[in-house]
Amino acid sequence: MSNDKGDLAICRRQLLAGAAFLALGMSRSGATVIFDHLPWTPNAGNPPPRPVPGPWHFFRGDEGRTAEALADRIIPPDPQTPGGTDAGCADFIDRQLAGPYGRQEGLYTRPPFQNGAKNQGHQSEQGPAQQYRKGLAALNAACKVKLGGRAFYELSDADKDNVLHGIDTGDFKLDGIDGKAFFEQVVKDVQMGFFADPIYGGNRDMVAWKMIGFPGARYNYLDWVSRHNERYPLPPVSMTGRIEWTRG
Amino acid sequence: MTRRLPKKDVVIIGLGWTGSIMANELTDEGLDVIAIERGPWRDAPTDFPPTYIQDELRYRVRHELFLRPDQLTFTFRNKMDQTALPIRSWGAFMPPNGVGGGGVHWNGETWRFLPSDFVLKTHLTERYGAAFLPEDMTIQDWGITYDELEPFYDRFEYLCGTSGTAGNVRGQIMEGGNPFEGARSRPYPTPAQPQPFSQTLFGKAARELGYKPFPQPSGNLSQAYTNPLGLKMGPCTYCGFCEWFGCANYSKASPQTTILPYLVRKPNFTARDNSEVIRINLDKSGTRATGVTFVDSSGEVWEQQADLVILSAYTLFNVQLLLHSQIGQPYDPAKGTGTVGRNYTHQTISTVNGFFDPKKFNFNPFIASGSIGMCIDEFNGDNFDHGPHGFVGGGYMGQVQTGGRPIESTIVPPGTPKWGAAWKSAVKENYLSTVKPGTGVHGSFYSYRDIYLDLDPTYTDRFKRPLMRMTIDLKENELKQNKFLTDKFAEIIKAMGAQKLHVQYRTGPYDITTYQTTHLNGGAIMGTDRNTSVLNRYLQSWDVPNLFVLGASAFPQNAGYNPTGTVGALAFWAATAIRSKYLKNPGRLVDA
Amino acid sequence: MRKRVPLVLAWFGLLVAIVSRPAIADPQDFPQIERGRYLAVLSDCASCHTVPGSNQQFSGGRSIETPFGNIVAPNITPDAETGIGTWSDDQFEAAVRKGIRRDGSRLYPAMPYNAYTKMSRDDVLAIRAYLNTLTPVRNAVVANTLPFPFNIRAAMRAWDALYFTEGEYRPEPNQSTEWNRGAFLVTGPGHCGACHTPKTFLGGDKTDQFLRGSYLQGWSALDITNDSRLGLGRWSKEDIVAYLRSGHNRITAATAPMSEVIALSTSHMTDPDLNAIATYLKSLPGKNDGTAQLAANAPPMVAGAAIYRDQCSACHGLDGKGVAELFPALAESSLVRSDDPTTAIRIVLRGARSVGTDAQPTAPGMPSYGRQLDDAEIAAVLTYVRNNSANTASAVTADQVAKVRHDTATRPD
Repeated sequence: MSNDKGDLAICRRQLLAGAAFLALGMSRSGATVIFDHLPWTPNAGNPPPRPVPGPWHFFRGDEGRTAEALADRIIPPDPQTPGGTDAGCADFIDRQLAGPYGRQEGLYTRPPFQNGAKNQGHQSEQGPAQQYRKGLAALNAACKVKLGGRAFYELSDADKDNVLHGIDTGDFKLDGIDGKAFFEQVVKDVQMGFFADPIYGGNRDMVAWKMIGFPGARYNYLDWVSRHNERYPLPPVSMTGRIEWTRG
Repeated sequence: MTRRLPKKDVVIIGLGWTGSIMANELTDEGLDVIAIERGPWRDAPTDFPPTYIQDELRYRVRHELFLRPDQLTFTFRNKMDQTALPIRSWGAFMPPNGVGGGGVHWNGETWRFLPSDFVLKTHLTERYGAAFLPEDMTIQDWGITYDELEPFYDRFEYLCGTSGTAGNVRGQIMEGGNPFEGARSRPYPTPAQPQPFSQTLFGKAARELGYKPFPQPSGNLSQAYTNPLGLKMGPCTYCGFCEWFGCANYSKASPQTTILPYLVRKPNFTARDNSEVIRINLDKSGTRATGVTFVDSSGEVWEQQADLVILSAYTLFNVQLLLHSQIGQPYDPAKGTGTVGRNYTHQTISTVNGFFDPKKFNFNPFIASGSIGMCIDEFNGDNFDHGPHGFVGGGYMGQVQTGGRPIESTIVPPGTPKWGAAWKSAVKENYLSTVKPGTGVHGSFYSYRDIYLDLDPTYTDRFKRPLMRMTIDLKENELKQNKFLTDKFAEIIKAMGAQKLHVQYRTGPYDITTYQTTHLNGGAIMGTDRNTSVLNRYLQSWDVPNLFVLGASAFPQNAGYNPTGTVGALAFWAATAIRSKYLKNPGRLVDA
Repeated sequence: MRKRVPLVLAWFGLLVAIVSRPAIADPQDFPQIERGRYLAVLSDCASCHTVPGSNQQFSGGRSIETPFGNIVAPNITPDAETGIGTWSDDQFEAAVRKGIRRDGSRLYPAMPYNAYTKMSRDDVLAIRAYLNTLTPVRNAVVANTLPFPFNIRAAMRAWDALYFTEGEYRPEPNQSTEWNRGAFLVTGPGHCGACHTPKTFLGGDKTDQFLRGSYLQGWSALDITNDSRLGLGRWSKEDIVAYLRSGHNRITAATAPMSEVIALSTSHMTDPDLNAIATYLKSLPGKNDGTAQLAANAPPMVAGAAIYRDQCSACHGLDGKGVAELFPALAESSLVRSDDPTTAIRIVLRGARSVGTDAQPTAPGMPSYGRQLDDAEIAAVLTYVRNNSANTASAVTADQVAKVRHDTATRPD
């Protein structure tokens, strides 16, 4: 029985009087009091929003270019696998910094802010957003001062690597910030963007997952548990699918 | 202005494992029960569906299912002479939030403690002499024996459908199980999960070294199961997104899969979510709880009166509410007085990563459950002679590798650069052939005089209440224990055929930034002496007889096992005491 | 001779007594009330005559969607002013069995009098006796809410002439008692055809396609004849009974409107009655139209197989067999193979919660895929499950998915 216009079926099911509401995007029923049955609404759930391509949301001026230059040294391109920039790692960081992570949302940010031991954790009022603004600026400033007026992203690859090694060892100091801590954070974020689901902007086309052989957002491996020491054959899939979902 | 709700028989603070167990038991008794949960209602099809739960960034790195520090946090210091500073973002542990609590996003590792763990003080003193124990160690007997608790371990395991191979059934040692475990009355409800490659290889290597490996008892089920409440679960599909994540396909034991659908149908049960209890109210005498005060998401303040109060809000929040409600004497380590906050413990964790020849080994690490792993128990508790070693305690160890999620699992051999072309190619080469157990060595953490919880003098929460302060460090006993165990563990990883090892001992000082399990315990401990415990052996408050406090806050010290099995068993034990004794004659169950 | 006369008189007296006893038993008689309560369960009166979530059963006010507009079910508690407290027995019977309101005007067949007519007057008055024991609820319901020209009740006279045959159920002599009981339940109080029989454009039953499935309010109600592809042909009697009793069986789970039927009606029926319904339904011959299985290498099958492997297999299994009474066995499901794929599309788009009953309290839910998958992807994966394993059915198109997506966008359930 099709549902074309010509079919006028009398039905006895109901439309809740006056209760129609759009449930898209709600992560749960919104019930404050749960009684008698499990809550339910259609279209429930809270998936991550799809990436919005386009210009930087967070980076200003030459920050984006600097982030890309860093991404390509932390994960250099090679014939088999793109580097950090082409994989979208700078885009990832940009979107993260523009969002709740950059704003330290959810963290305890009440005063007083006191310095403590390293093992007492982050105690600064400044979050990742401010740290990146400061850090990227300080990096470029230091390069300009020490390397003939050139910003970090204007250096040759070899020179860039030297700068970064120098930051690691402490030989290359950045003004006004802990350069080593900043660079450690950048490494962490670039690599995170490389391996996270592509929906966040990095790991474009799942290149990182293809590189290592991680099958992605799968859920059922029951037929492979006992297949020891064999290469898993299926390609990776992300939360937004894979090419095979639409070929056809 | 506080608005008053109609009185109920029972109010339950926190609807996690213990709150759900107690709610189900007391509603069966015909009582009118309301459970009040700070966080949101959660359910698999709406909150952890297979369309987007496999998101390492969101749920592991940004830990979206967990409490947010800005809603509530703690301050931390190692030593009493330090200033405690706020834990502004989580590191060493991740407190749960929401209906189901930690039961939503736990690994599913379902262990029992050893018989000797329950009488630890007596046992160790008898075997090694009092002088063998560190002077500042404050371990105690629990006031309950393993044999008394055994039927309740059984109840919890059958509620969950726990998958395992029994090692000791009524005194008979069974092949393939843990020969050290306390005797159990019957086997596990479902068989052990089949083990993937690296876990199987660990078992083989351990056996060849003379150990008796066995599969870790798992709350991720090996097959479809119907529990005693008629609730159905499916088989775990080894997705590798277990701990930190909710289970999408009803195969991980949680309050959602094992209790709530049955409980919610009862006309005498109601739950409120997004409502934070901020105080347990007492009458003028201070010896009777009259109910609780809570704040909803609009900031409205409500009072829920009840005849019986169950505090089941998780270790830290239990202790905090007792302190804020001024129930019992706060512990003062300098004076040696008080009980609320004493005997606070964590877990002593370390691991060894093994790098294997990628041409010979393909481990497919992403095929895993949260509770997979072949383990050995030779070095747990007092299963071995500690005399020559100069420490007490121990733990299980095993190839407990629960997934291959790439942000965390793309490790490289020691000495490899942390970035650049060499890093990239090392990641590519090693990902599929690395053994990376999460908690390879899972050791005990005994209690000490100056490791405790109290209220911070400086920092406050959004209700202007003082944050709770943790004073905690790693003592020499635990560090020695860990070195010994980690070295043993490394031998087995090597025997598996690893080319390179990265041995990572647990070192001091206790670091609030590195994750070490969320097995936090103590602070409201059970015991036989009201001068050194907060609760009697039925988890009833010595001070307020119509208050019971459930959870690992009751542990006088932590054993070398994950706590949930014991937490669940104690909840059933307390519920039975309430049903068979307390309700017939409300009042003290044990003379003070 | 003298002895026989009193005997004959006695017999005669008894005969007279039997014949002249009133046809209606005492309405305050407990057996009568209990019989009425059970008949009300069989007829599922509570469902339409109660606003969901209200604790005032039968007090009316529930808006029922029809293609002609919304009809609001009246208050049938015994309230004197706003309910049926002052109705006579004849008026009550006329409404339930003949579709005639107290003022003589016609009821719309949203009230399934064309099925309830199969009950006897005794049956209906037993229901009345039960309703009379309820607490009267004051709730004035405005019943006449259809737009012009459908609000002209007199037009129902013509409709009744076409589609309504008054009369009690007549047992078929060469069928078993159990079959006849099942036939009575299904065609009478159970009024299954109201949803499961396709309708003409005037909303009457297409009687030659009895119980072969119908579309209503954004759902496709399934074929429940014994058709092996589309209906209950591969279900055993036990499968049917389990489904009606608990909402779940080894193949499928009840959701949406059927959840309510199970929760309020069938899960409270006796086992013999459920068995009778199963016997009857299994006796109804199916369409038996064959359909070739789509080739596994057809492009939508290939795409669908990939989506299934990556997503659906998490619960429905790598082999499509699911987990008994937890996740439906898509490889064996007539819902999946239905000619009208509306329900399958709707479940995939919006998710679903299956019913929780005492026998099966788990009430597992299906997540919503409407945001992750686009129309073509949903069409592909449904085409795949409809033609995988031993399933055969037509392909589903992206347009069909788009239509359901659009139709259901503002529905609250």
